[in-house]
Formats: sequence, structure tokens, C-alpha cells
Amino acid sequence: MEGNIAEMGQYIGAGLASIGMGGAGIGVGNVAGSFLSGALRNPAAAGAQTATLFIGIAFAEALGIFSFLVALLLMFAV
Amino acid sequence: MAVEEKAVEFNIKPMDQFEISNLFGGDVIHWYSFTNASLWMGLAVLSVILLLVVGTRKRAIVPSRTQSIAEMMYGFVYKMIEDVAGKEGLKFFPYIFTLFTFILFSNFLGLLPMSFTPTTHFAVTVSLALAVFLSVTFLGFYRNGTKFLGLFWVSSAPLALRPVLAIIELISYFVRPVSHSIRLAGNVMAGHAVIKVFAGFAGALGIWAALPIVSITAVFGLEVLVAAIQAYVFTILTCVYLNDALHPGH
Repeated sequence: MEGNIAEMGQYIGAGLASIGMGGAGIGVGNVAGSFLSGALRNPAAAGAQTATLFIGIAFAEALGIFSFLVALLLMFAV
Repeated sequence: MAVEEKAVEFNIKPMDQFEISNLFGGDVIHWYSFTNASLWMGLAVLSVILLLVVGTRKRAIVPSRTQSIAEMMYGFVYKMIEDVAGKEGLKFFPYIFTLFTFILFSNFLGLLPMSFTPTTHFAVTVSLALAVFLSVTFLGFYRNGTKFLGLFWVSSAPLALRPVLAIIELISYFVRPVSHSIRLAGNVMAGHAVIKVFAGFAGALGIWAALPIVSITAVFGLEVLVAAIQAYVFTILTCVYLNDALHPGH
């Protein structure tokens, strides 16, 4: 059991940062699921809302990407 | 010793594909160096020009395949701007169409094996996002004067809440270029890194390599989708920001 404790911290931190992606998953799923349930109730209005759908997904997903970025920084930049 | 041997065999370097290198010798990269990033950005621009010039050369009433692709792309962006930013936004069609086609083609060309994706680099995406941010901010003040600050002063909220909301709105306004750029680079980079990690599994597994190869195929299909969606998302967010600059206030 030898090694660099700072490196260990980096790997643990990167792993912990990945948990944030789960939040993004919940968020994106929520957006898409809500869109689908709304769209099935009123399919005629669904087409006009696809842009809103993608904007919502993009905003939800950006935070997951931030956590990915933190993991990357810990692995390669620190 | 056995552990060390395993480590050599299990050789995954998912980030090596993003390295920038000089194409014509030399280790130092200057501002005038012709790197692989320059090559693939140039190829993206060339393919856009080729598609649009060849597509619009004949201008037939019954369009050829190339012409319909060019027309569909044009119509897609045109309708997007009209829907999101309104008729006034159409003045900025050339800029937004350029952004869309450049990002789309560099994403797609980056999916070719052994190629390089310029949009995985923050230097590229931050430049694109900052250009959008600065021009939209400038445009907002130019068009609306101080009324543009109404974007931060939520007049429909109770008066006591407004200063708090103003701070939140201000922060979210300045985070825009950050999230705008990181979303594109992060998504594309993550996808490419995932493919490389699976490729590393395939190298290490020997006879069982078929399993990761099947997953690479699936992930690659997803990446084609992501490449298009991220170009779309970047463009539509540009339209949203443009709409805020043209019609501020809540």
C-alpha cells in the first residue's frame, strides 16, 4: 500500500464529481418526460414546443457537464 | 510485477486525441503554426462552402439532393431565428447561419476516425461564445439604450424582491458565455473520450473485444446525434440571447 496521497485525493474527488452527472440525468429525464406527457395530451401543440424542449434539456445538461469538467480538471489539470 | 504488466496492457489514454500538434514539423506552436486544429477548421469551412456553392449553382425548381440539403439547412435556421427572436432577428441570419454550419460541420468531420474536432477545445468554443455574448450585449445597449438594463430589473416581481432578483439575473447573465461554451466543448469532448475508453477496453480484452466494439458502434450512433443536437442547441441559445437583446424586459 504505497502511493501518493495527493493523487489518491484527485481520483476520489473526480469520482465524487461524477455524482453530479446523476443530477443532470434526473433533470434531463424530467424535462423530456414532462414534454412527452404534455405532448401526448395535446399532440397538435407539441411541434411548436420542440425548441423549448431542447433549450430546457440544454440548461439541465449544462450543470452535468460542469461536474464532468470538474472531474477532468482533477484528473488532468491539478 | 504482474500488476505492472497489467497496467501496460490496459493502456487507455482517452485525452490524447485532443492534442494539438504542428503538421509541418517543429514542437513549438506559434500563432502562425499550421496545426491539426487549423486543418480541420479549414476543412469544415471548405465543406460548408462546397455544399452551399454546389447546392445553389443550378437552382432548379425540382431540387437535386445537394440543393435540397442546402435549402433545408437554410430554411431550418431561418425558421429557428424567426420563431425564437422574431422578424427583427432575421437581420442577423448570416451570422447565426455561419455559427450553425461551422459547428455542425466541425462536429461531423470530427467523427471521422483519426480526425480532430476543433469544437472539443475550449479555445474555439469560448471564442464563439464570447463573440456571441459581446455582440449581443453591445446590440442590446445600442438598440435599447439604458432600457436594456430592464432585463435585470424584473418589473413583475414584488418591489422588495427586485434587488435580489437583479443580482441573480446579473450573475446568470454573466454565466451565459461560460455555460454556452462549456456545453458544446464538454458534450463533444465527453463523447469522444467515451469512445476512446471503450476502444481501450477492446484492446485489453482480447477475444472478448467484440463486446466493447458493439458498444462503440452504439455510442458512435449517439455521437452523431449529439453532434447535430449540440450545433442546434448552440444556435438556438444564440437566438434566445439575441431575442433578449432585441426585446428586453420581462
